[in-house]
Amino acid sequence: MSFRLIVLAKQVPDTANIHGQVMRPDGTVNRAKLPAIFNPEDKVALELALQVKEQYGGTVTAISMGPPKASEILRECLYLGVDEVYLISDRKFAGADTLATSYVLSEAIKKMGNYDLIIAGRQAIDGDTAQVGPQTAEKLGIPQITYAAKITDLKKNRITVRRRIDGGYEILESKLPVLLTVIKEAAEPRPFKARNVMAYKNAKSLSELEEMVNQNSLLYIDDLKEEFIARGLFIPTLTLDDFEIDETRIGQSGSPTKVYKVDSVVLGAGEHIKIEPTGEGINQLIDQLMSDRIFG
Amino acid sequence: MSNFFSDNADMQFQFQHLNLQEVVEIIEHDYQEHRQYNYAPRDYSDALDNYRKILEIIGDLAANFIAPRAAEVDESGSHLQDGKVSYAKGTRESLEKLAQAELMGITLPRQYRGLNFPTTIYIMAIEMVSRADAALMNIFGLQDIAETIHKFGTSDQMGEFLPGFSSGKYTGAMALTEPDAGSDLQAVKLHAYQTDNGQWFLRGVKRFITNGNGNVLLVLARSEPGSKDGRGLSLFVCYGDETVKVRRIENKLGIHGSPTCELQFNDTPAQLIGKRKFGLIKYVMDLMNGARLGVSAQALGISQAAYEAAVNYARAREQFGKAIYHIPVVTNMLIDMRVTLESNRSLLYSTTKIVDLRDKLEAKIIRLKDEGKSFEEENERFKKVSKMAALLTPMTKFILTESANQITYDSLQIHGGAGYMREFTIERLARDARITNIYEGTSQLQIVAAMGGVLNDLLAEDFNEKVEKIYKGSLSRLADYLKDIRKIYLDCLKYILDKNDIQFQEVAARDLVELYSYQYVGYILLDEAELEPRKIFIANRYIVSALAKTRSNAEAIKNEQFSDLLHADEILN
Repeated sequence: MSFRLIVLAKQVPDTANIHGQVMRPDGTVNRAKLPAIFNPEDKVALELALQVKEQYGGTVTAISMGPPKASEILRECLYLGVDEVYLISDRKFAGADTLATSYVLSEAIKKMGNYDLIIAGRQAIDGDTAQVGPQTAEKLGIPQITYAAKITDLKKNRITVRRRIDGGYEILESKLPVLLTVIKEAAEPRPFKARNVMAYKNAKSLSELEEMVNQNSLLYIDDLKEEFIARGLFIPTLTLDDFEIDETRIGQSGSPTKVYKVDSVVLGAGEHIKIEPTGEGINQLIDQLMSDRIFG
Repeated sequence: MSNFFSDNADMQFQFQHLNLQEVVEIIEHDYQEHRQYNYAPRDYSDALDNYRKILEIIGDLAANFIAPRAAEVDESGSHLQDGKVSYAKGTRESLEKLAQAELMGITLPRQYRGLNFPTTIYIMAIEMVSRADAALMNIFGLQDIAETIHKFGTSDQMGEFLPGFSSGKYTGAMALTEPDAGSDLQAVKLHAYQTDNGQWFLRGVKRFITNGNGNVLLVLARSEPGSKDGRGLSLFVCYGDETVKVRRIENKLGIHGSPTCELQFNDTPAQLIGKRKFGLIKYVMDLMNGARLGVSAQALGISQAAYEAAVNYARAREQFGKAIYHIPVVTNMLIDMRVTLESNRSLLYSTTKIVDLRDKLEAKIIRLKDEGKSFEEENERFKKVSKMAALLTPMTKFILTESANQITYDSLQIHGGAGYMREFTIERLARDARITNIYEGTSQLQIVAAMGGVLNDLLAEDFNEKVEKIYKGSLSRLADYLKDIRKIYLDCLKYILDKNDIQFQEVAARDLVELYSYQYVGYILLDEAELEPRKIFIANRYIVSALAKTRSNAEAIKNEQFSDLLHADEILN
């Protein structure tokens, strides 16, 4: 058995580590000040794909749609052991909401030939929409299983998945190909592999090579690209030119979602509770703290 | 996210001034391996970039994965049940991560799935792992066993054992100590015998074997029946199979995560490593010297953790209306700790670089011989750095492991009563540090090992060069102090040699080795101070206090403090 796996990965601002300098006075986040990281649940998706590959055989392709800088996480994919990566990047893709993004992603996947399993994180930590995975499955016309916690069985044409639901799990079976979105418990991402880090640290996308050429007049882009391809260090980029797609459905103009208003929510103390200084009062306080998970 | 490599400014300083060009050029065979391996470097800066990236991975794992598990590992420790040793959960998880990251064969050649890195980089990795969990180092740091097989084994043995080490499938142990053979390994009894077809077997008992439950064991055994001393011992490699019984594991003061085993070999099939009778005098000495660097790095990692704990506690703890950090006696203790930490780091990596150069020059000489080329120049330098390594390795182990005890002691003191409680990590660090100046040769034995070089003033040429050198500004005063220290050392040396009393020499050795270390470390710090202004502070505190200690060492030697040894029985009665 051998499976072709595709992982959808997104580079996101590290919203878990927001500090003072990152907040603008109006309460919005200055993204430029935040470090860009591999979306955590996408990393779980990648780990799960690599585990499937190791257990059943196959190949893993990681794709990421984003600005040229997103090639950073594709290098990370190579460090972790994927077989191939694609950057999907074009100025005209910028400003896309989930609808436009899933349209481009599904068109990109269609160009990649046969596949068995697409795995993505449940949601990205910047937008938190959890829509891109499901919308991509819809556009590809394949089934989807969201909130996947474990692949319990995988056969040539069928997959069984344990899926998190309110208050428990359900077991679903699906035919292949299928798209899964995974939650954190699905897998624990592995560390970078030392040898891959050394082998792929210089992997570059076309726009990164162009930057090298701009900084060094002795370099020629065609030669450089050829050399990087020969050394297995070229990160291919799919641009608008590589697709036959409807330009009205991409980028800002293809994105019906509009931000109506941003509210700055200030978290403050709520009501006060008075605790009597008695044994009973203290017990009550401890119970409260435990049920609020401050203790325990 | 913290990172024990990139967050440690002093380690960054050491990394930036590695100067390992020659060593890397030799191990990389003039940078030709990238034709065969896509992860091999193309030049020195590419190699350095590789080292940095890998050390960053280790720094990340150490800070964010290993360190958070250390308390649990200490609490639950290793267990022996039905003859099987099991590690603490955290130990298992950390080893699995390190193996996944391909970090279990750092110095081994690529051919055996290793990373082909210099020893210096491996020692940096050990320092970080030890800072996170000293007990894990005892398993991670056993990569030396694979290195010994690589250095002295046959190519069949390398092919059989090394890939398992690199992948993390095997852990190892060096089975040297026996109930009656601790510091005195010449007394080893474990019996090695050969059957008619040439197959070796091992029979006997080993004690205090770190990770004795490992999959591959290097065993020192008596292969020459009737012999009594070290010349009757050979080194063997065997599997920790069902013929090797773990009889017990020790209940220790510290490093609970590392199982210390008593092993019984019941006719265990084994292979000879290298030549018969060279077990102790050649291979084990080499293995031990490697392990001494590992333990020095372990001590340094513990010291770093203890220092961090002390500074953080001192900043947070308020007494008398201010953080105790601002109370001069506490501030002074912290400065002492920090200066010791940095000067020790400078000493350690200076030593590892000499050891790297020795090992790689040796490899180069063998290669040149094979190619029928001249190797005289290399051989001259090899002889010199071999002698230096033989002095610096035990000196480094002595200084760093004693310091680790002092630093953890002072850190606990700064914590006050809280430090004595199990809630704070310093309590564990103080227990873990205590073994470092005992195993792989006690401090007393390190002094004996270093004494030869110190009595011969082995580094005279290098020191005299430094004495002639002009240091600028405030450094010239410190250079003068070092000249004073050198004079006092030479004076003490003459006194000891003139006295010509072997007993006196043995007890005065500690003072004399310390006098030598001040000069060696002092000059390293002066040179570092020329590179970075902040280091002037480090050099200043180190050299000024070294001068004071020098006078104390000299008084002890020349005032015949030790002559009362003659009256030992009367005093101790």
